Formats: sequence, C-alpha cells, structure tokens
Amino acid sequence: MKTAEAPPPASAAAPPPPAPGGATGRRNLTPYWLLLPGILWLLVFFAAPMVYQASTSVQTGSLEEGFRVTWHFATYWDALTEYYPQFLRSVLYAGTATLLCLLVGYPLAYAIAFRAGRWRNLLLVLVIAPFFTSFLIRTLAWKTILADGGPVVEVLNALHVIDVTTWIGLTEGHRLLATPLAVICGLTYNFLPFMILPLYASLERIDPRLHEAAGDLYAKPFTTFRKVTFPLSMPGVVAGTLLAFIPASGDYINAELLGSTDQKMVGNVIQSQFLRVLDYPTAAALSFILMAAILAIVGVYIRKSGTEEIV
Amino acid sequence: MEQHEPGSLSAPQLEAVRRSAAGGRMALSRRSLLRLGGSGLLAAAGASALSSCGIPPAGRQPGRSSSADHSDEEKWFAFSNWTEYIDVSDDNKHRPSLEEFRRRTGIKVRYTEDINDNVEFFGKIKPQLAAGQDTGRDLICVTDWLAGRMIRLGWMQELDQSRLPHAFANLGKGFRDPDWDPGRAHSYTWTGIPAVVAYNRKATKGRTVDSISQLLEDPGLKGRVGMLSEMRDTVGLTLLDMGKDPATFTAADYDAAVSRLQKGVDTRQIRRFTGNDYIDDLNKGDLAACIAWAGDLIQLQADNPDIRFSIPKAGYMTATDNLLIPNEARHKKNAERFIDYVYEPKVAAQIAAYINYVCPVDGVREELAKIDKSLADNPLILPDAEMTEKSHSFRLLSSKEETEFEQKFAKLIGS
Repeated sequence: MKTAEAPPPASAAAPPPPAPGGATGRRNLTPYWLLLPGILWLLVFFAAPMVYQASTSVQTGSLEEGFRVTWHFATYWDALTEYYPQFLRSVLYAGTATLLCLLVGYPLAYAIAFRAGRWRNLLLVLVIAPFFTSFLIRTLAWKTILADGGPVVEVLNALHVIDVTTWIGLTEGHRLLATPLAVICGLTYNFLPFMILPLYASLERIDPRLHEAAGDLYAKPFTTFRKVTFPLSMPGVVAGTLLAFIPASGDYINAELLGSTDQKMVGNVIQSQFLRVLDYPTAAALSFILMAAILAIVGVYIRKSGTEEIV
Repeated sequence: MEQHEPGSLSAPQLEAVRRSAAGGRMALSRRSLLRLGGSGLLAAAGASALSSCGIPPAGRQPGRSSSADHSDEEKWFAFSNWTEYIDVSDDNKHRPSLEEFRRRTGIKVRYTEDINDNVEFFGKIKPQLAAGQDTGRDLICVTDWLAGRMIRLGWMQELDQSRLPHAFANLGKGFRDPDWDPGRAHSYTWTGIPAVVAYNRKATKGRTVDSISQLLEDPGLKGRVGMLSEMRDTVGLTLLDMGKDPATFTAADYDAAVSRLQKGVDTRQIRRFTGNDYIDDLNKGDLAACIAWAGDLIQLQADNPDIRFSIPKAGYMTATDNLLIPNEARHKKNAERFIDYVYEPKVAAQIAAYINYVCPVDGVREELAKIDKSLADNPLILPDAEMTEKSHSFRLLSSKEETEFEQKFAKLIGS
C-alpha cells in the first residue's frame, strides 16, 4: 500500500519503502513524497516570486541602465512616508466594507441556514451567481446604478440621506459616484459572497436541537442567539471577515472606477508605480509593506477573536 | 495555553510544567544552536538570491534585433491591435480589409485585439523584449510616446522602406518626421488621435464649453469635469491653454500646468481622471464636460445628439497610434507588406470609415467621399487647413524626464 502511494515518476530515486512489518529506526518518507507536489508548487509560485519581489524592492536604477541590488532600504521609508494616506484609506475602506459585509451577510446566511427550507440551494446559487460575470463588469454596473441622475441618487436626495452623508464626509454635493461612499459600497458588494459562504457553512453545522434546548431553558430568542448561535458561528465570522478584508484592502478596481482622486487606495499606487512611473522598487516595497500590515492586522484580530484552531 | 493544562496537577507540578516549557524554548541546546546556524545560512543564501535578481539594462544587443525571417515559408503574421480599431462587416463576422489582404497576397493575418491600455501592454511585452525573445507578435499598434520609448530602448526593428512604396508615398505631410522616430525609420502611423473638449449639452443646460480654462474654472461645471489619465493629452491641452507650446515646453512650464490642474482637483472642480470609461460618463451626463478623443466622439454623437465637441482656440493635441515590428518577429516581410497595403487610399478609406479616427494617408479624401460624403467632410477625420493649424503634439521626453513627469502626474491623479 505504501509503495502504491509514492508518485510514479519519482519512485526511481526514492529510497526503498520500509518493510510492511513496521521496521524500526527508519523514518517513513511516504508523507514527504506526498507533500512534494505541494511544496514544489509553493516554491515555484510563492517563494520564487517573493524572493524576486524582495530583491526588486532593494534595487535602484532605471529601465535604460537596468536595476541592480544596492540594498537601498530607504525605498521602504520613502514609500511609507509618501503614500501613508493611501495605506490608511485602504485599511479604513476595507475595514468598513468588511463590517458592512458582516451586517448584511449574517442575517442572509442565517436565513439561508435555518429558515430557507427547500429554497436553500437556490438561494446559495443566487449568492454565487454574480461570480458568473466578470469583476470588472459588475463594478461598472454600479456606475449605472449610482449614476447622478439615476433613481438611487434621486430617492436618497429626496429623503435627504445624501445631505447627512455629505455632512459626515462620505459623499460630496448631491451625488454618490466619485465619493468614498461609492467605493465602500462597491467593495461591500464585490466581497459579500466571500463573507456569506463561510458564515453559512458554520451556521449550517449548528444542531437545531441546541436552539430548542436553549428555549427549554427559558432563553429568549435573542439570548439564544447571543449565547448559543453567535459563539458557535465564530469560526465562520472570522473566516468570512478575513476572506473579505484581505482582498478588499488590496483592491484597486473599485477605487479606480467608483472613486475620485481622493479615494485612491494603495492598490492604485502600486499599479501606477509599476506600470506608469516604471518605479519597480517602490511598487515592490509598497507590496511588501501592504503584506506586512495585513499580516499584522490579521494576527492581532485572530488573537483577539480567540479562534486559533481555524487558521 | 492555560486551558490545555490538566486540572488535576498540583500547584508546584504546574509550575514545573511551565518552567520546562519555557526552558525548552529558551535553553541553549544542540538543537537550538543548529537551528540558529541553519537560519543564519538561510539568511546568507537569501541575501545572495536577492542580489542575483537584478534586471539587466535594456538596450539593443547588436546582431540580435532581427531574427531569421520566416515570411516565405509561413504565409501569415500576427497583428496585435486595440479593440474596435479595424473595419468589421455588418454581421460582425468578417474583417473585410484583412480578408481582402489575404485574397490578394495569400497571407493570413492572425488578428488579436489584446491592447487595451498602453502601459499595461508595455508591462505585458516588456519581459520578452528585454530578454531579446520573440513576443509572438509581428506587428503591434501603440501610441507615439510608447513607440518612442521602445525605439529608444532598441526593441523595435527598422523597416525596409523599399518594401513600403505606398506607405512612403502616401504618408501625410504632418506625420512624416516625428521627433521620436526621425524619418519614420521604425514606424508608420495607423491613426491620428485628436484630444479635444467635449460636453453633454443636456448636462450643461445648453451652454457651450470650449476651453480648458472653462473646464477648470466654470462653477456651473463643478464636480462634473473629466480629464484623461493619459498624461500627454491632459497636460498638453493645459499647456496650450496657458499659452505654452507642448512641443517646446520646459520643466517649469510642466510644473505650472500640473499645479493648475491640482487646483482643479483641490477645488473639487475635476471629478475624475479617466481612461476610455469617460465615454459612458459623458453619455449619461455624469460628466458634463471633459477632454475626449475625437474618434470616440463621432461614434458617440451617432447615438446621442446632445454630445458636442469644440476645438479650443488655444489649439488641441494630436497623438498618433503607430504600427511597429518588434525585435525577433518571425514574419517581418509579411507585416511590412500589410503596412504598405493599409496605405493604399482605398483600403485606408475603408478602415477610416469604420473607426472614425484621423487618417494619415494622402489621397484618402476622394475614396472616403465615395463611401460616405459626411465622413470625408468631417474635420475630426480629415482635418482641414484650419484644424491642422491648431494641432499640436507633445515633445519627446528623455528617460529621466519621463519618470519625473509621470511621477508628478501620478501624484496629481491620486496614486
């Protein structure tokens, strides 16, 4: 059985498998052989690009003269001091969008898991359905939905909602497009399914008899939710917030299409430094800073939420 | 940590467990020494891996720029172009000018619409060109500044003018000698792209918008003005509006133009800097007025009669899209034959009638009039003397200037 598991092309170089009787002293190498494809994949598609990127971030030069590694670590500091507003904005917008995703997604996941009955599969398909069109098209569609003369803006203006958001600083004048609110809405919409699916998966696993038991013990519905359902769904909450927050903080399409110059996020800066200005070191340094920042935020978050076992 | 400790242990036992856990991690043992040595080695290896990753200087490697030409045995060539940039038959299934070329020469055009954006396309083909490899493309169409950059880097092949009799004879006077490719040694123009002022009459409530000053200062347009993210068009028009010539401006002029635009951003006059997506915004009226590319306007006007354009008194910018043959292309001769073919007035008229951009080919007017009289009279497709007078182009930038100016412009547009 063990010989059959070893990958055939590598088997020639493989050491002879341990005797089936369970010989002592020899380590069983089969698990490592099984890991090999995964490790190679990681090396080629993760480690090698990371090394290349790390190298790029400490190079100096230009397209004409070429780029050489000069250990110019100042690039990091320069990038951070120059573009910290975009960094803060990325975290703020992605954080707000994640929170909105949670507020919108939780009731929906809850309803699908406990109340949908035979509609459950259909509703799940509907949640995923937007993925059948391209990310770009979906974001462009929001430009039509939120258009200045469109029904959404007219209704919100009639209700004076936009006056309030303008007062807070989320919108400008009597429009939605090219404002922070539009970017946050776009992010929320685009990453909502990433929130709903893990939430649904963890809610669905909860035994309904626990709810009945809570009722039997005189817990009101809200208490049941607070003491039973929500704590049991925490792994889904954490997974969902991470899946929404991490891609949202690196996103640049929403800021590009729905925002103005003051809503650019760090993804836009990286794109523009890499493609437009051709300053590859700064772009690479910015990517690393973003990665470090996200790792730090996620680390603290996981600590605080106390669900180490899911990651 | 705490929760995993069995509750049955006494206090001293617990203390011992904790100490041994801490000691195990902290104490200097053979294993931890090995680990330390290992990570040191890893760091050293990492450093050397990092420093071996430099990017070699770009530049022509002599003798490598033209690979063996397979044009005679392989009767095709690959042409990368922008979307909606060649004539298509009414049923959307054929590209008549490409098919006619095949009928006449037996050469098939592998036509791909894979250029959406100059900077992205450059990012895409740069690795192969820098490494002296074939990009898989025999003919590409890019905007003049990018064509100039790639010629400067030595990545484009010189054309054999003896194979281009029509192109040589019919290239319009204004296109003959750009500063980025003297004498058209490497390139021929596909189209001219005027950048002018456009407005949606419904959104401006019937008012005319006819200058960059008005775009930047008219309070009636506040928050509904669009500028292009193409640096040379936006800054070029602003320079013209300030009485400077984009063909000769200085760095100080550039800074002045950018700070004028910055004021427009700060006062919220300018809503966005856009690529092609301004078309939709202008059509809906989310942008009341903007800088726009003329060919788009002609197509947009056909659907929406409220779209108007004006040529600023101070002048307007004309960029060009150009056909070039990259290094190591395998079918240079076939591609050159195609360049010559599109410079025949009849073919040029057929393409211009569909794409509606400025046609650089002399003698196209009569042919275009045969297809549609109104197109031949449209100054945005065939500029008259008065239009030509006002047309300007952005000067060639050195590599250093290019980086510096793009950096300043990137800051202006928020990234």
